[in-house]
Amino acid sequence: MNTVANNLSAGLFTATELTRKKLLTQKIVGIIFGLMVLLILIPLILLVGNLVIKAWPSLTWDFLTDVPKSGMRAGGIWPAFIGTFYLVVFSLLASAPIGILAGIYLNEYAGNNWFTRVVNLAVVNLAGVPSIVHSLFGVGAFVIFAGLGKSVLAASLTIAIMTLPVIIVATKEALSAVPMSFRVACWNVGASKWQTIRTIVLPNSISGILTGVILEVCRAAGETAPIMFTGAVFFKHVQRGDLFPYHPGEQCMALSYHLHTISTQVPGVPEPMLYATAVVLLGFVLVFNSFAVVLRVYMRNRKKW
Amino acid sequence: MVNKNRIEIRNLTVRYGKKTAVQDVSLDIPTNSIFTIIGPANSGKTTLLKSINRTLELETGISVSGDISIDGKNTRKEFNVYELRRSIGMVFPLPVGLPLSIYDNVAYAPRMAGTRNKQTLDVIVEKCLRQAALWDEVKDRLQNLGTMLSGGQQQRLTIARALSHSPEILCLDEFSIAIDPVTTMRIEDVLVQLKKEMTIILVTNLVQQARRLGDMTCFMNKGQVVQVDTTEKMFSDNPGNQLTYDYVRGVFG
Repeated sequence: MNTVANNLSAGLFTATELTRKKLLTQKIVGIIFGLMVLLILIPLILLVGNLVIKAWPSLTWDFLTDVPKSGMRAGGIWPAFIGTFYLVVFSLLASAPIGILAGIYLNEYAGNNWFTRVVNLAVVNLAGVPSIVHSLFGVGAFVIFAGLGKSVLAASLTIAIMTLPVIIVATKEALSAVPMSFRVACWNVGASKWQTIRTIVLPNSISGILTGVILEVCRAAGETAPIMFTGAVFFKHVQRGDLFPYHPGEQCMALSYHLHTISTQVPGVPEPMLYATAVVLLGFVLVFNSFAVVLRVYMRNRKKW
Repeated sequence: MVNKNRIEIRNLTVRYGKKTAVQDVSLDIPTNSIFTIIGPANSGKTTLLKSINRTLELETGISVSGDISIDGKNTRKEFNVYELRRSIGMVFPLPVGLPLSIYDNVAYAPRMAGTRNKQTLDVIVEKCLRQAALWDEVKDRLQNLGTMLSGGQQQRLTIARALSHSPEILCLDEFSIAIDPVTTMRIEDVLVQLKKEMTIILVTNLVQQARRLGDMTCFMNKGQVVQVDTTEKMFSDNPGNQLTYDYVRGVFG
């Protein structure tokens, strides 16, 4: 009672003890949260900064477009760069349609029954399977059973399998961000489920879906494990700057695997080259991710409700 | 005026899991009239409307028994569900503007039914927006987003959309809660006009609205029909049922 009376007598614009205490708590909490943000930024800046500084002497246009020379100790990384690009494109082609359609089914069509719940649980658990296990699955299923051999195709499919669960989850999330009331309104005027999805649900979630797909495939493209046994090769002879060096049925070089080999298997590779390869891999993922970021910004500006 | 029954509901029971929302309801809704349903919250009014256009079956955990027929045709056995929904206009209490332009909101249903002709659509859009008393406010900005309209305007947009597929039956569930009294009166006038061409079912919490508009009035409580009679009788000094008497006078409810 006393505090209330004090508050009143102190007037509206004078801070009372209570409000002062609240303000102080707010300040402290704000500072703590801000420090946490800094804490995330510091390692990122150190990491990227360190990489770029050490890679600087090797970071040239030639490094990107030239082929490796003198047993990887000189030249560039073109075959690995274009190889990773191939893997990304092929795995996107395989995983995006399957994952998106499965996500649409699970979110829009599947009834709320035990089967759906089991599938959803399986999808979530699949996302947690280590990449090396996916890789071994790829060896068994694509390299041996399907008879693709170690090839671009087998490696891409392995990456695709690895990314599928996350793509499905991302699709479902993007779809469920569209309010249920829109669907009900469409059904009420006699639109079928597919008409509703085509005209209302997908147009308002497609950018979210694509963002999820791109982010996930890029993450997977940076991994070594899934391609190690399924299609990546130590060295392949390729013309400088050749855009179509690989046949889908043959093995390819890839940035992640290349980085792995030159830093562990080949003695005497100049250090800047190692760092430069890492920077190119990082840059590759960042460039693709920025597509996703642009999409997301576009989506935010176009938000319709 | 009341010559035949358009909608016949027989022994309709709806359960959400263990909870019974509508219990053994049988109703005859006459053609070309306004049939109002009143009753306290949780009495199954909305569920009843949803079972008429079969959107209820899209919800999970529902069990329905009993039959509903329109013009003698069973809605579950003799109707294509999309045709059925197109022949019924639905307006629910929460306004929903689709994330499309105002024009496209109203043109949505005709388009989904296959109408492509721009002129036909233009005519439909103007007519429905006029009927929903919204035309004058939006006629210069038909390309703006429907979701950016105010709550009351979106509600009228919802009414326009419900009319856009030229339904034979119009179900309104507390359409006026977000709309100011003056506009409400304008829409009520439209409803009186519309009953010449369609059958209107009006669920309302405003007892006086039921009194103004209804030809027949149904009083529901706890999922059951307490009394159905002419509106005149229901609001008279002796409706024949104490519960009805109390409810329409605000003693109970």
